[in-house]
Order: sequence, then C-alpha cells, then structure tokens
Amino acid sequence: MTLAATAPQGFLSPTGVEIVFLLVGVVTLGAALITVTSKQLVHAALWLVVTLGGVAVEYLLLTAEFIAWMQVLIYVGSVVVLLLFGLMLTKAPIGPSPDADSGNRWAALAVAGGAAAALVWVVVDAFRTQWIDLDTAQGSTGDVGAILFRHWVLPFEALSVLLLAALVGAIVLSRKNGTTNEESRQGSQAREASEGRREEGKS
Amino acid sequence: MNDVLDVALRLLVVLAVFLVLPLVVGQTEHKVMAHMQGRLGPMYAGGFHGWAQLIADGVKFAQKEDVVPANADRRIFQLAPAVALIPYLIVIVAIPIGPGEGAVGTVVDAGIFFVLAVMGAGVLGSLMAGWASANKFSLLGGLRTAAQLLSYELPMLLAAASVAMAAGTVSLVGILDAFEWWWLPWQIIGAFVFFVAGLAELQRPPFDMPIADSEIIFGAYTEYTGLRFALFLLAEYAGIVILCGLTTVLFLGGWHGPWGADGLGWVWTLLKTAVLAFVIIWLRVTTPRLREDQLQKLAWTTLVPLALAQIALTGIVKVVIQ
Repeated sequence: MTLAATAPQGFLSPTGVEIVFLLVGVVTLGAALITVTSKQLVHAALWLVVTLGGVAVEYLLLTAEFIAWMQVLIYVGSVVVLLLFGLMLTKAPIGPSPDADSGNRWAALAVAGGAAAALVWVVVDAFRTQWIDLDTAQGSTGDVGAILFRHWVLPFEALSVLLLAALVGAIVLSRKNGTTNEESRQGSQAREASEGRREEGKS
Repeated sequence: MNDVLDVALRLLVVLAVFLVLPLVVGQTEHKVMAHMQGRLGPMYAGGFHGWAQLIADGVKFAQKEDVVPANADRRIFQLAPAVALIPYLIVIVAIPIGPGEGAVGTVVDAGIFFVLAVMGAGVLGSLMAGWASANKFSLLGGLRTAAQLLSYELPMLLAAASVAMAAGTVSLVGILDAFEWWWLPWQIIGAFVFFVAGLAELQRPPFDMPIADSEIIFGAYTEYTGLRFALFLLAEYAGIVILCGLTTVLFLGGWHGPWGADGLGWVWTLLKTAVLAFVIIWLRVTTPRLREDQLQKLAWTTLVPLALAQIALTGIVKVVIQ
C-alpha cells in the first residue's frame, strides 16, 4: 500500500470525501452508543447493524472495497443473524427488558475507553500526518490478497489456528451431556431458552 | 453533465428491470403452476390470458387496510418489508447482462462478495418481521429463517469461491470475460450447490419451512396485510430473479452463447435466467416440503462436502492447466 505523504494537506480545507467520512463516523458512533445503552435487546441488535454498516461505509470511503463487503457479509449477514437467532430462542420481550442493566457498566466503560485510547494512540503514532491517496483504489481485492499472502502470512496462519481452536472447543462443549450444561446457566433465562433449544433439537 | 445523465439512465434502467422482471416471474408462476395442475390460471384481467393479473393484485393490495397488531413493536414491524426488499434492488446494480461495461449498472471490484453480502442482509427483514409481530407463529418462522440462512450461507459462499478460483477474479464482469464453455461440466457440482443453497436462502419450496402455511400459517409474514405484505411477496420474486441471474452469470456463462455474443448477449442472459426461473417454479409445483431436520441435514452433510469437493477439483484442474 502506497501512502502518499504530501505535506500541503491540511484540516482547514476538507474534501467532500473527508466530510462524508466524518459524518458517517458520527452516525456510527451514535448508533454504537445506542447499541450499548438501549434497554430493548432486539433494538440493540438492530442498532448494531447500523454501527457495523457504518464501519463498512467508512471502509468503502477509504476505497477498501473488499474489506467493506467482508464486513457486511460476516458481521451483518452472519454475526447479527446469529445474535437475533439467540434473542429469539430466549424469547426477547417486546419493550424494555428489566434485567438489561449490568452492574459492570463502569468497568466495561473503563475497558472500552482504555482499548479505544490504545488503538487511537497506535494509529496516530504509526501514521501521523500521512494522507492516503484516494484517487487510485488502495484496497482492491488483488492488493489485499497480495499483501496478506506476501507480508502477513504468519499472522494470517496464526489467526486460522485460533479459529480452529475455537471450533474444536465448540464441538467439545456441544458433545457434553445436556443436563449438566443446562443447570450451569442462569435461572429463568435458561428455562425459557431450554424451550427454544428443544425446538432447535427438533429441527 | 454527461456522467450524471449516464448514471441517472443506468439507475432508471435498473429500477425498471427491478419493477418489471419480478412481476413477469410472478405471472409466469401463476400460469405455469396452473397448467401443471390442469387449470388455466388467471384469464380475465387485461384480456389476453390474464396478463394484467398481478397489476390488479397490486391495486387490490394497495387498497387493503394496513394493520399493525396492538402488541407489535410498531417501528420495526413497519420497517421490516423495506429491509427485505431494498437489498435485492441494490444487488441488481452489479449483475452484468451483456458484454462490456455498458451492460452492467456499475462494475464492482469484489462483485461476488458484494452480491452475497447484500443478499444475506436482506434476510434481516424476515427476522425483524418474525420478532416484531408479537406472534408465536411469526417467531417460529423467524427462527427457522435464521437457522436456514446460517446453514445454507456456507455452501453458497464455497460454491461461489470455486468459480472465483477458476476465473482468478471475484469481479462478476471479470468472471464472464474469463468464461470458457468447458467450465460448464467443470463447475457443474458448484452450480448445483449454489442453486440449491440459493433456493433455501429465498425460502422457496422445497425449502419453504419458514413460511410453511400448513404448520405455522405464513411464518414471519403472518401478521402482515396490504401493501407491506405485497412488498414481502415482491422481495421473494425479486430474489428469484437475482438468484437465477447470479447462477447464470457465475456458472452458465451469462452472455456467452453459441452465436450472436456481440449484439445479442443480453438475450442469452435473459434466456438462461428465464429457464432457471421456470425450474424454480417447476420445483414448487412438484416437490413436497422438506422437514426442518432434513433441511439442516441436506446442508451440512451433502451441500458443504460437495462444495468442498468442487473447490478441490477446481484447484487441481487449475494447477494442471498452468
């Protein structure tokens, strides 16, 4: 990836793309805030769709087309569908859920703030005043493939091992006898969920 | 100014295709189903063989009262039909119907991923409808939709990946440019897997478990009336057009044909799409609905291994050729 380090770029005369990028970023941030603060579980999941879609649009604006569609395919198409599936199995009520408030919210806020600060610091430190030349596509499928399999093969393979471990773990968990699993979950939700699980077992 | 005109014209054509083709498929379904069952089907609306039946249906739907159940989650209930329909409209933009850049709405670099990603997002509409209706039958329909999508998305992606490997590109236009006639037997398993998985994703018979009318009334769409219900139906027919068009482009060579590829390429695309749409209608009339466990078993024990075998075959042939 060639980063054109042109000096005369400034913050005072933003281009159209930059303005759109910022606006989409604001919308994404707002949707993310609603996702974590909403007391209605399914609404939170649907706001998550907006958040993830917003991130995909940001990728598109940075001409990283392949990653943008992957984001939609994996996160909107699969992860959110899985989330909604789980919410339906546990009969998420229409209207606010009384137990949607977690006592850990301040700890979660601290962790999230710390992670965000670390990421922003790393990105700012790495790129500083470099500007990406957006006139030529930087993230086409070919470019991403070449970079991934030439320079980043080891991390790529390490990730696949991680995923394999998760897969094996999931199989081990699901092969245990259902009775002990059932009791280890929490009270009322498990009882409601077990109805759903029986439905799933039939399927 | 010329660019703006060009874009506007393309969008207009895409919109026209989106509005006309699903209706044509719907009308064909009426007539084909009727004739396969020894009936005539619609004969009166519009005069000639009832060609205006679906327009009359549309007028009827528009006149009906738009009911939202009292306990439903109002906003999500009302939003769901749009979420189900709009992705298909967006997908049509990327499907090339003829050679060259003039015959596609817009050239998308990662075309396959774009199309499959956006199609997958359309299923969110059914899930939203199923949950927001506050109806047990709808909820069951939504659950089945989700379960079905999760198991059939994988073989569909794998089959598409096989074509991408064969062509060396993930752009739909690029795949058609690289197409040779012998890809047809080479990728035939992938074509079968893709088409079957696509049928399941559209919830068409024999994979219509999520809307099984004899069990759960109409699944996620049970509570819908009037125009919103019509939008869901339109989404289903638009889905048929998209799936057939995609199968044509990926596996059947799109605008390639024995002759006339230069001027008449789009005729080949439409012809192949129409034949596939006929097959989908044919399947609806002739096959019984799969049970939910049979449906899951088909995906995990038949389609996924077949798709993986196809990828292996594609890889081997590709290496041997080089």
